[in-house]
Amino acid sequence: MCRLALKTAIEPFSPYEVLQAMEAMQEGYDGSGLGLLLRGMEFEDFKYNPRFPILSGIANTDKAWRRLDDFMEDLGYELKYDHRFRVDKSYVEDRDRFRYFVRAYRMPDRFADATTEEREQELLATRLALRKNGEENGRDLSVFSFWPDVAMIKEVGWPLQIGNLLGLHDGQIKSRVCMAQGRQNTNYGINLYACHPFFVQGISTMTNGENTAFVPIRDWLLGRDFPGYMGYQSDSEVFTHILHYAIKQLKLPLQAYKHIITPLSTKELDNHPQGDFLKGLKSVCRRLIIDGPNAVIGTLPDETCMLVMDQKKLRPATVGGREGAWAIASEMCGVDAMIPDRDPSFDFQPMREHTIIIPPERKELTIWSQYDQFPLSQAA
Amino acid sequence: MVPVRSIPVEPGSLTYPDLPWVIQHREDRCTLCGHCTTVCPKESIYLAYRRQRVPKLEILSKKRGNDYRTFVGIRQKPNPKHACIGCGMCAMVCPNEAIAPVPNTIENRTLFFDNIKGEAPKRGGRRNATGPTLLDRIMFDRISMLTDPALDAGRHEFTVTTTLGRILSPEDYLKRSSEGGWIPPTREIFPFVIGSMSFGALSPNMWLGLLQGVAYCNEVLGIPVVMCTGEGGCPPWVLKSPYLKYIILQIASGYFGWDEIIRAIPDMQCHPAAIEIKYGQGAKPGDGGLLMWYKVSKLIARLRGVPEGVDLPSPPVHQTLYSIEESVMKMIQTLSMAFDHKVPVYPKISASTSAKAVLNNLVRNPYAGGLLIDGIDGGTGAAYNVSMDATGHPVASNVRECYLDLAAQGKQNEIPIYAAGGIGKNGNVAQNGMALVMLGASAVHIGKYIMQATAGCLGNEQNRCNVCNVGICPKGITSQNPKLYRRLDPDKVAERVAESFMSIQTEVKKIMAPLGRSQSLPIGMSDAIGINDKDAADRLNIKYVC
Ligand code: SF4
Ligand code: SF4
Repeated sequence: MCRLALKTAIEPFSPYEVLQAMEAMQEGYDGSGLGLLLRGMEFEDFKYNPRFPILSGIANTDKAWRRLDDFMEDLGYELKYDHRFRVDKSYVEDRDRFRYFVRAYRMPDRFADATTEEREQELLATRLALRKNGEENGRDLSVFSFWPDVAMIKEVGWPLQIGNLLGLHDGQIKSRVCMAQGRQNTNYGINLYACHPFFVQGISTMTNGENTAFVPIRDWLLGRDFPGYMGYQSDSEVFTHILHYAIKQLKLPLQAYKHIITPLSTKELDNHPQGDFLKGLKSVCRRLIIDGPNAVIGTLPDETCMLVMDQKKLRPATVGGREGAWAIASEMCGVDAMIPDRDPSFDFQPMREHTIIIPPERKELTIWSQYDQFPLSQAA
Repeated sequence: MVPVRSIPVEPGSLTYPDLPWVIQHREDRCTLCGHCTTVCPKESIYLAYRRQRVPKLEILSKKRGNDYRTFVGIRQKPNPKHACIGCGMCAMVCPNEAIAPVPNTIENRTLFFDNIKGEAPKRGGRRNATGPTLLDRIMFDRISMLTDPALDAGRHEFTVTTTLGRILSPEDYLKRSSEGGWIPPTREIFPFVIGSMSFGALSPNMWLGLLQGVAYCNEVLGIPVVMCTGEGGCPPWVLKSPYLKYIILQIASGYFGWDEIIRAIPDMQCHPAAIEIKYGQGAKPGDGGLLMWYKVSKLIARLRGVPEGVDLPSPPVHQTLYSIEESVMKMIQTLSMAFDHKVPVYPKISASTSAKAVLNNLVRNPYAGGLLIDGIDGGTGAAYNVSMDATGHPVASNVRECYLDLAAQGKQNEIPIYAAGGIGKNGNVAQNGMALVMLGASAVHIGKYIMQATAGCLGNEQNRCNVCNVGICPKGITSQNPKLYRRLDPDKVAERVAESFMSIQTEVKKIMAPLGRSQSLPIGMSDAIGINDKDAADRLNIKYVC
């Protein structure tokens, strides 16, 4: 079974804390991979401007590394910061990784007056082009994200082992949000792109469990003709893309996500204040209904964090914390490890109808129920 | 040798072992009650006097001799017109198990003579293709073993409904709902629809029994089953009743019954479930409906607005229209408008290599509520044998192709594809239907299965019975003769409808649970199916398993 942990705090913290929580939840975890997403970045040796997009990934060879450099330069990106992990090779068994990179760039001048949408499109296109570049060159280059204020690390192995490998305990790199997932999807061959969390245009999710409705959902997303809806090395990648689709394409509030992936039954909607609208939404988004068993944990560009369950709540997940710091984990002991100084009696395990939202202020969490009023003016 | 002329032999002279079914009669059991001859729909058998030689041995005179006795026995008429159809009614009514038809596996000479007077052979029923169908061979092989707890078909909640009607893209929906635009009407229905069988093809008892059963499924069992009328309208009291919402009204090229329907619109208490425009039928593509004169009773004549006792062939095409594109466009729009744009309207076509062209037309027509593709294995009330046997296209690959075409355009959720033709013909109705769903159908229509399961239709794929066209249905299912249809108790039909749909629903859940699906019908979940035939797997774009 996969283990999930997310911590969000006003004060930036080291991702190592989250890895330790993963360790606490290690039972049942097979150690085949780790994915980390950091958001709200702080570097010890660089005053980071959160407008600079950060490119994260791995270059396996010197050649790939140079190709990456040239590629970015040709596009007109100016390298502002190149984070150096203090790699301790004693933690990896014979792996040919030339460089784990987290590099901040300034966008090319031609984007000075571009709209947000244009800039976002450009970042996505660049990431995908680099990914393709790596795939065309014997997979010597992997790129996980290219977005302001976000860094991602993915590697095969045990969470702590990877943390030690990259020296993540040294406080060089910190963030306000960190999410981690252990074990990549075992349904498909081992591939770093199959490691959760998944990322597209600032939106990221990770999941435990299996997505049985994967193929019809994937087929439908592919039909959207949106360049970022690709990959699908893991059946969980569609959860990220659905969230992206709901928020970025349909421009719906976060609450719509739950109504899309696990809509209420027609009978329940008959008694819902916006039943008619939601019934319509359910039918137009029918191909995006998931079947679980899953807990989906995600973060949005504004540092909002969220957690939802499948319709039958067939997977565990707990959220707990205190003002300023919150944690979501697939196991209670994970929450304990991340925020020991909280009142555990306020921990909450969402039910099938809940969306847990931790807003960027991180004062308190919102437990939003699908039965509640849907926050959309046009639905009224 | 006897002079030839003394034996009356004509080209068409046949004898009973030349017939497709041979009657076996056991004189030792027969009590001469006469039930069998009375019930026989074909008047195939008759009581006949026969003489039997009884050998006589006179022991004292040491002479051999003969005695004769007469007896009354059951005999079969060798005339093709009266050829036994194997319905087995005689066996059913015989109190002594003295009689039964057996299929003649050696010879069927009537095949060469069923065109007397130059009439090409016609029949009702099915295609007579035996053995497992392609759908029967599809396996659900993606068992969700990686995660637990697995789903429990008995304990968990399942959503097994589907959408009838056009669905907008999410973008379009949000735009229109914020601007107050028209949102095409949809219905949530059970994915197994009682396919079009007309009031006319079916007897009043059968039709009303079905409707009663459908109402029970909806109102008591909570299974939203709908049924389609077929061409020929609907009794006026049904049109004005709240049951109309369970009915898909069909309009076909004869427009039979539409006078009544149009007249009833102002008095309708609710809208019909949908309107089906029939352009083609899988069992007899390119051929219109055919209600033979035997079945045009007074009631049927009134409903259809025609004189009694005349043949009612519908033209093969909608005469007023120039092309299918135009026809689809105009008729869909007109009918949608007739019902205030509040009722989904979709066309039904025969499965065909040109189905994709029709589909792509529908994609561009905002009023089109779906496409029903009827495969060659579909049944019919009446058709020429040659159409039924050899004309058409199997449904599976046709539906798959259309689905993949829609998926390539990202429109697979917008135009639902419905499939019909041979679903459940060997009894595996839920399995066949779900296989089609996973190939991409949003729902399936079932006709013959319903007749067999709910009314005990005797027809099978070996041409048993299949005389639905001539009004002599021995079970009273497809006859307009009150003597025959009174045999069928509508309440019992209704009960069987309810039982059948309850069991289909359970089986659907039993199929979905191991696949880990419960929240929505697994439409297009082609990763869940496999077949042990490489060519079929390639054609359908699914897994080959062995
Ligand atoms: S099987 Fe049917 S058609 Fe044949 S003799 Fe018996 S009742 Fe008549
Ligand atoms: S029982 Fe009636 S409906 Fe069935 S095949 Fe015979 S004639 Fe047709």
